Amino acid sequence: MFGFHYRLERKAVGLVLAIIGVASIGGIVEIAPLFTIHQTVEHAPDMRLYTPLELAGRNIYIREGCYACHSQMIRTLRDEVERYGPYSLAVESKYDHPMLWGSKRTGPDLARIGGKYSDEWHVAHLNNPRDVVSESVMPAYGWLTRNKLRTDDLGQHLKAQRAVGVPYTDEMIANAAADASGQTTPDTSGAEGVVKRYGKDTHVGTFGGTPGKLTEMDALVAYLQILGRLTDAAQKPVVAAGD
Amino acid sequence: MINQLTKNERQLSLIILLALTLCGLWFAIAGRNDPIGPHGVLITLAGIFGIVGVFSGYFSPEPSENRFDRYYDEPSKAGIILAMVWAVFGLFVGDWVAWLLVNPDLTFDAEWSSFGRIRPVHTTAVIFGFGGNALIATSLYVLQRTSRARLPDQLSPWFVLLGYNLFCVLAVTGYMMGITQSKEYAEPEWYADIWLVIVWVVYFIIYLRTLARRKEPHIYVANWYYMAFILVVAVLHIVNNLAVPVSFAGAKSYSLFSGVQDAMTEWWYGHNAVAFFLTAGFLGMLYYYLPVRAGRPIYSYRLSIISFWGITFFYMWAGSHHLHYTALPQWVQTLGMTFSLMLLVPSWASAGNALLTLNGAWHKVRDDATLRFMMVAVVFYGLSTFEGSFMAIRPVNSLSHYTDWTVGHVHAGALGWVAMITFGAIYASVPWLWKRPAMYSAKLVEAHFWLALMGTIVYVFAMWNSGIIQGLMWRTYNESGTLAYSFIDSSVAMHPYYIARAVGGLLFLIGAIAGSYNIWMTIRTAPRAAAEKTPDRPEPFLARPPVLE
Repeated sequence: MFGFHYRLERKAVGLVLAIIGVASIGGIVEIAPLFTIHQTVEHAPDMRLYTPLELAGRNIYIREGCYACHSQMIRTLRDEVERYGPYSLAVESKYDHPMLWGSKRTGPDLARIGGKYSDEWHVAHLNNPRDVVSESVMPAYGWLTRNKLRTDDLGQHLKAQRAVGVPYTDEMIANAAADASGQTTPDTSGAEGVVKRYGKDTHVGTFGGTPGKLTEMDALVAYLQILGRLTDAAQKPVVAAGD
Repeated sequence: MINQLTKNERQLSLIILLALTLCGLWFAIAGRNDPIGPHGVLITLAGIFGIVGVFSGYFSPEPSENRFDRYYDEPSKAGIILAMVWAVFGLFVGDWVAWLLVNPDLTFDAEWSSFGRIRPVHTTAVIFGFGGNALIATSLYVLQRTSRARLPDQLSPWFVLLGYNLFCVLAVTGYMMGITQSKEYAEPEWYADIWLVIVWVVYFIIYLRTLARRKEPHIYVANWYYMAFILVVAVLHIVNNLAVPVSFAGAKSYSLFSGVQDAMTEWWYGHNAVAFFLTAGFLGMLYYYLPVRAGRPIYSYRLSIISFWGITFFYMWAGSHHLHYTALPQWVQTLGMTFSLMLLVPSWASAGNALLTLNGAWHKVRDDATLRFMMVAVVFYGLSTFEGSFMAIRPVNSLSHYTDWTVGHVHAGALGWVAMITFGAIYASVPWLWKRPAMYSAKLVEAHFWLALMGTIVYVFAMWNSGIIQGLMWRTYNESGTLAYSFIDSSVAMHPYYIARAVGGLLFLIGAIAGSYNIWMTIRTAPRAAAEKTPDRPEPFLARPPVLE
């Protein structure tokens, strides 16, 4: 073995090929099957898509680096299930490009934060966390209410999402910008359009609390309120795996 | 710098800079309503600045034909200076981020300075800015000495060094503007990622071309590690960053993979960025600088072989230990844990090989702070690889994951191992590169050593305490069988440790500032005339690598 190596280390190309070969095995064995073994991701027929507003909110969540302090992955441990809710399933992040499972909990897990607090609480909390939780060390995000939400490119965003495998329809892509504002104006035709395209469980509301003005706060709160509520799969006692 | 390039290289560099400027102009104009616009302006300015620079020296005389008689060290010199600039910047931002957890309002109410945006500025500046520049600088230095061959040309090393720094600048400025992929330690967006691939391919070609010219039949062990670092980081970077841009005039992209596959790819990347960027690269540094500084040959050639291939093989399996008890299939988690435990063998073989190399030179470790930096780095390497294997055990991980323990572990490796070996290597190379008998002040090196060591210990102990307390509080039940603490209770309990951590970081930062001053003074007082006369040819006695067999 050492004799072989004595010869190998005299050949640059041989060494290069050996390094690539030896280093590739682990990744190939662990990652490739995740795409082919059907049990890897559960089957959830009721899985909904992010609306354009929620997707925009998700992009703000990414932009602000929320994932650095908040995980979205409840582990299969008793205390986590009791604290945060049913443990996370793979299918719940099926449409998450990229996933936001996180790696650190400076703040609590957010996988099932949707619906736990009111929109008003989220707005107050994001504007200044210490107004609602006096000991919080979370940054204040005052600019979210001040910044208008950019919607003109949301159709392109949905198109890119479709290119990586999220089943947005042509109709959804064409109406993306209108649907973003429609979701924040209850009892209008815009709101009806969103519900028609994204299903009756779609949340419509004045998330950011600034009617008439579509802000980044609207989008982020809409996203936070949907977390853990795209499918009921995790709430069911037995989940059918496969196909 | 331009006068070191040949006529052809000057022309080629103008073409490259023009292409870069045009790309920048495209982003600046087409993406004017997008965060990519300011980056376009930045790239354009970098290109124009470069073009002006090349033109200003365009008509200066060409380098003489006998330039191949000497090693080409100018890029290494620039790389060391850049590494120290990034070190001070990255450590400063890191300490600022640490104080933000003590007082969250230290952000001037600005978007760019909020915790979520400047935390990746810290990680990128220290890992890629400081670590990456140090690796490029030392790898080019070591490659030439251990191959007894000069770099093949003058342009490509500058392209790699400056191109790489452009990538780092795009990365950190991008985060502050909100441009991020959110993939940890791979945050830069698609256009910066593509640029890095180009830079990296050129870096690899330099390696192959220099090795092809080598006068030493064997490729020295340091170069195995540097090559593994370059090759595997390329593979990791390309696969993990596969994404579809929303538009070619916008910064945003969506990663090709989603959910569980994306998570596994991310941590396969993330853990092996630790393995091949922060371990293999710096082991390459260790295998050259430690034996040379100690004046002792590497203890065991066979141990070097075993640990090199062990690290190259085992590490790539270990990434899934970041995903214990998650929605990742259990068989992958188990494989990750198993290989993480096996990884301890090659890791400790490396550490043992390095420490045994010091046998017969321990009096030098006592007297020479530079060598002591390297020795302590090896000790921290051994400690943090042990800790890493331990934390990869599923039940241990159930406590440690998501807590500050992970942060402490990372910093034991990053401050104790990576930064210490780098400071050791830099303190060794600066006098060699600038032809000085020694550093400007040995006492300052000594002070830096103790500041760095104290800072690391304070930091790591604070995070061990906070992490374990946090993990225990989250899982504590009271007598009635319900959870004893709310999340905010655990957050409040962290407060004193967050202060201690920030103080530890501050000590480390002060050390790096002292080091930068010392390096600057060493360079400034270098007699320019003497530098030219000193022979440093591709076959001098001192350039011989430590004996292999």
